[in-house]
Order: sequence, then structure tokens, then C-alpha cells
Amino acid sequence: MVSEFAGFASLAPAYPELLLALGALVLLLMGVLAKKESAPWITGITIGLLIGVGVLIVAAPSEGVIFAGGYINDGFARFMKALVVAGSVFALILAVSNAEAHGLNKFEYPVLVVLATLGMFMMISANDLMNLYVGLELQSLALYVVAAFKRDSSKATEAGLKYFVLGALSSGMLLYGASLLYGFTGHTQLNEIAQAIALGDRNAGVIFGLVFVLAGLAFKISAVPFHMWTPDVYEGAPTPVTAFFASAPKVAAMALVIRVVFDAFEPIAQDWQQVVIFISIASMVLASFAAIGQKNLKRLLAYSSIGHVGFALVGLSAGSLVGVEGVAIYMAIYVAMTIGTFACILALRNEDGYVETIDDLAGLAQNRPFVAAMLAVFMFSLVGLPPLAGFFAKWQVFLAAVEAQLFILAVIGMLASAVSAFYYLRVVKVMYFDEPTQTFALPAIELRVVIALTGFLVITYYFTIGAPLSQWAHTAAGSLF
Amino acid sequence: MVLPYIFFYLFSAIVIASALMVIASRNPVHSVLFLILAFVNAAGIFMLAGAEFLALILIVVYVGAVAVLFLFVVMMLDVDFAEFRSGMLQYMPIGALIGIVLLLELLLVAGTAYLAPEGAGSGVLPIAGGIENTRALGQILYTRYIYLFQACGLVLLVAMIGAIVLTLRHKPGVKRQDIAKQVARGKSGLEIVKVESGKGL
Amino acid sequence: MDWIVYALDYLLGVPILGWGTMVGFIWKALLLLVSLLLFTAYILLADRKIWAAVQIRRGPNVVGAFGLLQSFADLLKFALKEPVIPAGADKAVFLLAPLVTVLLALSAWAVVPVSEGWALADINVGILYIFAISSLSVYGVIMGGWSSNSKYPFLGALRSAAQMVSYEVSIGFVIVTVLLCVGSLNLTDIVIAQQEMGLAHMLGVPWLSFLNWFWLPLFPMFIVFFISALAETNRPPFDLPEAESELVAGFMVEYGSTPYMMFMLGEYVSIILMCGLTTILFLGGWDAPIDLPPFTWIPGVVWFVIKLCAAFFMFALVKAVVPRYRYDQLMRLGWKVFLPLSLFMVVAVAFVLQLTGWGWHGGM
Repeated sequence: MVSEFAGFASLAPAYPELLLALGALVLLLMGVLAKKESAPWITGITIGLLIGVGVLIVAAPSEGVIFAGGYINDGFARFMKALVVAGSVFALILAVSNAEAHGLNKFEYPVLVVLATLGMFMMISANDLMNLYVGLELQSLALYVVAAFKRDSSKATEAGLKYFVLGALSSGMLLYGASLLYGFTGHTQLNEIAQAIALGDRNAGVIFGLVFVLAGLAFKISAVPFHMWTPDVYEGAPTPVTAFFASAPKVAAMALVIRVVFDAFEPIAQDWQQVVIFISIASMVLASFAAIGQKNLKRLLAYSSIGHVGFALVGLSAGSLVGVEGVAIYMAIYVAMTIGTFACILALRNEDGYVETIDDLAGLAQNRPFVAAMLAVFMFSLVGLPPLAGFFAKWQVFLAAVEAQLFILAVIGMLASAVSAFYYLRVVKVMYFDEPTQTFALPAIELRVVIALTGFLVITYYFTIGAPLSQWAHTAAGSLF
Repeated sequence: MVLPYIFFYLFSAIVIASALMVIASRNPVHSVLFLILAFVNAAGIFMLAGAEFLALILIVVYVGAVAVLFLFVVMMLDVDFAEFRSGMLQYMPIGALIGIVLLLELLLVAGTAYLAPEGAGSGVLPIAGGIENTRALGQILYTRYIYLFQACGLVLLVAMIGAIVLTLRHKPGVKRQDIAKQVARGKSGLEIVKVESGKGL
Repeated sequence: MDWIVYALDYLLGVPILGWGTMVGFIWKALLLLVSLLLFTAYILLADRKIWAAVQIRRGPNVVGAFGLLQSFADLLKFALKEPVIPAGADKAVFLLAPLVTVLLALSAWAVVPVSEGWALADINVGILYIFAISSLSVYGVIMGGWSSNSKYPFLGALRSAAQMVSYEVSIGFVIVTVLLCVGSLNLTDIVIAQQEMGLAHMLGVPWLSFLNWFWLPLFPMFIVFFISALAETNRPPFDLPEAESELVAGFMVEYGSTPYMMFMLGEYVSIILMCGLTTILFLGGWDAPIDLPPFTWIPGVVWFVIKLCAAFFMFALVKAVVPRYRYDQLMRLGWKVFLPLSLFMVVAVAFVLQLTGWGWHGGM
């Protein structure tokens, strides 16, 4: 039972996690010990730390299964971790010059983002139900706090509280499912669960466990019918935080869903596919119709993110290598589009402060043509118009669905996509064709850089990063099969 | 020996009864007190099962710390639970539905234990003989599960940061006592006068 | 003839038919209970006498020679008075509170070994059991304070809840440092470890056994434990829950007669318990201070009682000479001084033990 410590080299696959954990502790200490106004430079160091971790993940791959089988770092995990780090870095950058106005000018914000990122890493690398749960909790707890970070605003508090209560409920469902799985298979490690299921017959207990676990995870990716918290939280939380919510945690939770269904439930593929297809269709359809009536841009994007999760799940429903590859690409492109869109929203600042309703966009094209043009590009990309990145994302997942003979799913997806075009294009219409009512201030330099960078990637996707990204996603997805 | 059985049924009966009282009693403080009773008796059941460490940790953590804070808060609340309950009929159907689903699943789990006892026992790992369970827990907690152990520590750290960030307010203009400063002050501002008896200052 | 066997069994506690062990257990428990209560009566008297001596008074000296029967007179007085229950009180909880206090205080004694093998139940996790029970003792105070339905008791209860929870943390860490050295949660093991290893053994003078005890190597923890024990038992200077100058009598304002007596009794029994725990954890339990005759001729239980009384003497002196802490000072001491200190010591002790291989390896 007692095993000797095999040296730090044996921990190599977990170096990114260790680095993040140590970094968070050191940053926290620095923040506490430093005198006032430590937030800006701690944010700077944090961004550096996260970029360093990202480089470590991409450039110094060390894969393997450690910690008694509970932790796995493979190509898939590395791909998803790189995406998560990108999301976290951009979320921090977006908050740099807006920190004061959004109540984020405390050194705890970057520390919590690091800890949340650590939690996401643990989720992505979880190879055991216990690791999965602890990672999920670490991530969620940090996010609940970050959501309510602007504590004097009743909306932010409401967002935090709502997120917390519903998150606790979903954790409960996840745990219930996990306990059923453990009870019926006798294992907590994902591959051992799969073996136990393959050996034994597929009994009702395992199916119940599967459904509850997926329900708990569906909450985290905000898929219908567990999406209720999303619009309120997105609207209430400070905008840079919303950008963070919409990018990194989604990626991590999606990675977790993929790992769980492929590693633990591989022998009962039909069963989880049914569930995934259902939530996929529900998400796509509901999001498309519910978003039409929205007036607030952040709420609109909340529904948009629900819809995009639905589209990504189309790829997962296929249950094939192509499908997972599609999901990976989808998440990457989704992160880029989302960060860009939120950067544009953050750029909408008039003399009274930040605005976030669609009506406020009126005449933006005359006022701030660059922001307007880029926002239009992101909207077109979110719809999925070629040759923008969003098109290739959808193309890949629908391709996988068609290959897996899921024609109805693909058709519903396309229809939902068409419906969603209505509300995305309405934003463009308001920007370009309505009379301007106010003037907007010049956005901060880092916002413009982020907008330009993400915009560039989205526009030139096919010619620049498209091929290497597909290649990488292909290897990543391959490590699961 | 029959004694463990008697105690088992005693503890279980009290746990169930007090759990019922938690939701049935009108006074929230009574509810918490019954909750504590339930915890203590659950610890008794653990004790009977030979999990002495778990039993006592349950008492130390849940009863000694968590429930105290619970009680602390509930005592100071002025909640009219009757008012809370007024809307209960509305939510009754969905509550009952969830209750029935959970009950069915529990029956399912219990049923499998009867129908396929070998399956139910597959997850049970007996403790290696001769090791008391505190030691056994320690031996795997810091080796096999070190990753989870540390991660749980981080979860608690986040909870702590969160509590501080969301509630700590530095009021301006508050005088704070700095004991180190007071102690290090020395004799400045202080004069020792030797007063002769009978003279006065 | 079975009934004779049963009767014998019952009376003598000889394990003839299985139930015997149970009955013997009951006899032992009764013996412990009676001696504990008698001891408490005289500890109470000693407390008052010491307090009086510090203030150059005589203390109780009327009932019996030197006031030796004072506690019994008090007992009679309390027992014969009419219990008064306030009209607005929550009757059940109000009466339950003193009971809880006294029962918990007494039940903790079940695992205390007053001499080798002299424990009612020498369980594996003895120290944890005591810790658990003492963490429960806060409920007597809270329940009493809340159910009185009155301001001062309620304030007292709130203070008490915060205070006991705070100091429990550092007590826990102190216990952990001792456990690190011993490697067992059994109280007997903790004492035996102090006999079999320690500074005296290292210096080559094993007969100087008082150097072996943990008070020396863990000296800061000894002090922290002593002070936290004061706070945990609501003894002055940490008697804020009943601070008479601010809260009249705190959580006990509305209590009188027997219920009040039970609070008192519970308080003193747990004080004695804390003294006993100090003895076991830091002063070598029943071990003679010098491992040579004539010291070794004295039975262990006597040494235990002597050490316990010495610890109590300190408790009583502190009560007499130290002014009461202010509430924020109390919290500061607990959280900002003791917690970091004891946490640091846990880490330091663990490091030292790991690097040097010291520590007891006897009890597996």
C-alpha cells in the first residue's frame, strides 16, 4: 500500500498543474503582502504565468498516466488545456483597463482565474470520477466567486448566487450519478468502469448513473435543459468575467464530457449517444428561438453559447474520430469568436459608461467603424457564413454527423443555424443601418489588439491556422481512440 | 452477541426519527438540534461498523464546527417557517416526483444487492488485517490519493479567498489596535514618579 | 439454578455469561463517576481557596474543618431550591442544556487512562474521542443561552460559540504535534511513548524521566495548549460567555438551583478533563517523574492525580491573577497568534521527525 515517492520526474505530465498551483499560491501571497494597488502588476504576472504554462503544454509535451491512474495527460488533454489557457489569458487581458469599472481591480481576481484554470486542467486530465469531481468543484467554486466579484452590484450578486445554487444542484446530480456508477461497477477509474460495463451486462443502475453524470456535466456546458442559469449569469457578471465564462470553462467541461463518454461509457455507446443527441437538438433549437427576443447583448450571447454547445455536441453524437476532431476544432474556433465578440462589447463605452443593449449599437458603424466591422465579422462567423472560421467549425461537425448517418440531427442543426442567423444579423443591421444616438469612446489599446487578432484569425482561418489546427485536432482526437 | 444489533437499531431509529424531525419541527433551531442528533447517531453507526476514525471525524467536523456555525446563523435569523411552507402545496407535485424517482433508484440499488449479492460486494475492499483504520486511511491518503488530497486543499483555499473577497470591507476611519506597536512603545509619554507616602502628588 | 449465576454475575461483574463484562463495565463506570464527582467537589473547594489565598482572604472555612464540606453544602442548597424556568423560555431545550453539558463532560472521561490499563475504554482513537466530545460541549452553552430567550444569555451563547470554535482549531493542531511524535491516537500509547523515548534517553540518563515528557521538546505547544484549554473551558481570563461585569452571568443568567449546579459541575469536570489531558499529553501521564525508588513505589494513579492537581493549580492561579480579555483580543490571540504558531509547529515537528527519524515506533 505504501509506495515510495518516485521523484519529481515522475510527475512530469502534471507539471502544468503544479506550476499553476504554486503560481496561484505565490501570487496570493504577493497580493496579500504587497501594499495597496497590487492588482495591475499581479494581473501582469498572472498573464505571464499562464502564457508560460501554455508554452509548457504545447512545447514540452510529457504525456502519461500518473497518480495511481487518476490523472491522464494525453494529446487530447493537451489540446484542450491549450485552449483553456488561451481563454484564461484573454479573459485577463480583457479585464486590464476595464478592471476599475467592473469591480475587478483586486488582486484576488487573477488569482481566482488561475485557480479556476487549474480546476479546468484537472477536469480535462481527470481519469477517475473522484478527480473529475474535485477538479469540477475547484473550477466551479472559483467561478461562483468571480461571478459575484462586483459585490456592490445587485445583478452580479444575483448572478453569483444563482450560479452557485444551480451549480450545487448539478454537482449533486453528478455525485449521485457517480455513486451509482461506483456502486454498480465497483470502480471509479474511467477505463475500469468501461471494463466492468463491458464484462457485465448493461444494467439499469449504470444507465441511471450515466444519465445523472451527463446531466451534471450538461449543466457545466450549459446545454438545454440545464441552461437556465446561463442568461442571468452572463448578464449579471462583469463583462470580462462573462467572456471568461463563455470560453475556458466551456472548453474544459466539453473535454470532460468527451472523455467520460469515450473512456467510461464506450461499451454502451448507443445509450450515451441518445442522451447527447437529445441535448444537442434541444440546445440548438431552444437557443435559436429564445435568442430572438433578447435586447441585451450579453444575454444574446448567452443563448448563442447555448446554441453553439448544441452544435458542438452534434459532432460528439457521431461518436467517431471525425466527430471528436470536429468538436475540438469547434471549441477552438468558438473560443476565438467569443473572445472577439466580448472584446467588441467591452469596447462599447460612451461618456456614461459601458453599454450592452442591442439598441445602443445604433450607428456604431459611423462612430467606430473598426469595432463595428469586426463585430459584424464575428456575427457572420457565429452564424457560420463561409469563408469565416465559424463555417468550417460547423462544416466539420455536420460532416461527422452525416458520416455517422445522423441525417435528421444534421438537418435540424442546419435549420437551427438558419434561424439563428436572424438574431445575429439583426445586430449587424442595427450597427449599420440605424441612426446613431450616441458617440462611443476610443477602446483601450489591448482591446483593439484582441479584436484585431481574433478577427484576423476568424477571417483568414482557412488560409492560416485552419490546416495546422485540423492536424493538431486530429492527433488530439486520435489519442482517445 | 446481541448488543451490537440492539445498538444498531437504536442508532438507526434515532437517526431516522431525528431526520424526520429536522423537516417537521416548526422552530428552525430545533431543526438544527435534531440535525445534530442525527449526526451523532450516524457517528454511532459508523462506530459499530468499525470505522472509528470516520465516526469521530464526523462529530468533530460536522457537529463540532459546521453545525455550530449553522446554529449560530439560524439562531440569529428571524425566519417564519410557516410562511415558507405556505407555498409548499404548489411545489408538492414536482417535489413528490423527484422523491419518487430517488426512492425508485434506491430500491433499485437495494434490490440489486439482494438479487445479485456478488455484484454488490464487488466494490467492497476489506481493510488489510491488523491495521487500525486511522493508520490505513493515512497510508493511502498521502500516497495514492495525494493528488486529490492536495486538490481538496485548493478547493478549500478558493472557498476561503471567496469568502474574504466577497465580504471583507475595510471601513475607513476605524481605529485598530496594534498590540505589537503598543508593546514596543517603551516609556515614551510615560513618567514614573516616586511618591513619598503621606505627601500626595 | 440459572438465576443464581445471573445474580452473581450481575453483582460481581464476573464474566460468566457474556453479560458479565457488561456489568463489570457498569461497576467500573460507577466507580469512576463517584470518584470523579468527589474529586470535583474538592477541586471546586481548592479553586476557591487558591483564589482566596491570592487575594489574602480565607475562602470558605465554615462548613466542616477548613471548609472541607463546603461543596456538599452547596450541593444540598442547589438541589433543594426551586428550579425557575422563565416564561418565555424554550422549556425542553432550557432543561436539556445543563444535562448536555454535564453528560458530555462526564462521558469524555470514559477513555482517560488514569494509570496503566486503568481506563474504562482504552480505544484506538482515544484522543480523537476526547477532542470530539469537547467540541460538542459548546452545545450546552449555546442551547442554554438561546433557550433562555433573553439578551444577556444570548450574547453569552454567541460569544461562546465563536470562542470555542476558534480555540478548538489550535487545540487540534497541538494534539496533532503530539500525535506526530507518538504515531498513535491511543492515550495509553501517548503516555508509554513518553516513557520509552525522549530527551532523558538521548542524554543517557533514562531515570530522569520527567525530561522525557513532551512538555520539553514541544514546549511552545505546551503553553498554547494550556492557554487554549483555558479558553475552551471558558475559564478566566477567557470567561467571556459568562463575563459578569458585562453580561451578568452570560448564558447562565436565567438558571438557578439544580440546572445551574449541573452547568457548574459540567464546567469543572471538563476543566479537570483538560488538566488530565495536559497531564497525558505533556506531563507523562502516570509516569513517575524520576524513575527510581522511592518514586516508583508510588502507584501511577497517584502520580496522575498529583500532576493533574498541579495543572489545576495553574488554572486556578491564572483565574486569580489575570484580568479578563476583551473579545477582539481573544479572537486575535486565537486566530492570529495561536493558529499560525501551532500550524508552523505542526510543519516543523513533522520535518524534524522525518529528517531525524525520531518519534516513537512502538505502537503499531
